Amino acid sequence: MNALGDTLESYVLLASLIFTIGGVGFLVRRNVLVQLMSIELMLNSVNLLLVAFNRVHGDAMTGNMFAFFIIAVAAAEVAVGLAIVLSYYRLKSTVYTDEADLLRH
Amino acid sequence: MSAGNLLFAVCSIACLAGALITVSAQNPIRGAMGLLTTIFGIAGLFLKLRAEFLTAIQLIVYAGAVVVLFVFVLMLLGPDARAPARTGRSGASRALGGVLFVITSLLGIISLAGQGGVHPLGLPAPDHGSVEAVGRQMFGPAMFVFELVTALLIVAVVGAIAVARGRQGNVKKRPATTSPRDLFAGPPRPRSAPRRFGTEGAE
Repeated sequence: MNALGDTLESYVLLASLIFTIGGVGFLVRRNVLVQLMSIELMLNSVNLLLVAFNRVHGDAMTGNMFAFFIIAVAAAEVAVGLAIVLSYYRLKSTVYTDEADLLRH
Repeated sequence: MSAGNLLFAVCSIACLAGALITVSAQNPIRGAMGLLTTIFGIAGLFLKLRAEFLTAIQLIVYAGAVVVLFVFVLMLLGPDARAPARTGRSGASRALGGVLFVITSLLGIISLAGQGGVHPLGLPAPDHGSVEAVGRQMFGPAMFVFELVTALLIVAVVGAIAVARGRQGNVKKRPATTSPRDLFAGPPRPRSAPRRFGTEGAE
């Protein structure tokens, strides 16, 4: 019997739970900033999964490299996303996605 | 329970609690603090998985840049980032959608769990996850991708500046809803002739 943190399955379960929480947050919340934070949660859970699989199949550092590039892309995504939030706030004076209906009709 | 298992337990609890706070907090500042908790927990899990380089990168990039950027935008927006007076959709339908999503994904996880036996982590290579091993990959096979990431970051920063500043000059300025002067001004005073002292009783 392996202890909790010594098996790959415990990391897969934890990453799945974090990804689910982030997905629920992205779908349920209406605040754009909270939705962006939920996206960060999902990206972090995938990073955890990549590093855990790399620990088991650890010949090359491929999983670590993927996680590093995902972190870089996430940083760029946050910068552009927050700029869009600021621009949207200047347009509508709110950060709630219920009000974002310019392309609706 | 060894120290490694204790680290896993503490960090996983921090991850889950922080994620729940991030999603459920009404005040987005509190949500950003929950995201910070999750990031620290995942950094601890990276340490447990012998990815020391990624632990440092996680703390520098996420805790040092991303969360600070979130908090900065929240401070810039002020109380407008909180819940509005009127929401278009009722809370019950949103909660129902969330619960259905959780049930579906948990069923998927449980149905897939345990197939193919348990995979123990085992002993890693001596230099697994070190800066040397990652750097050998990064500046060897992944060199081209690394250079592309630098181009991506430059384009993202320039695009963020362009989007956040908007068009300057040819856009008509809207009047501000509340100027700082209105916040400190009292009720409007009646416009009358300036009072002169000593002339109250005189006709």
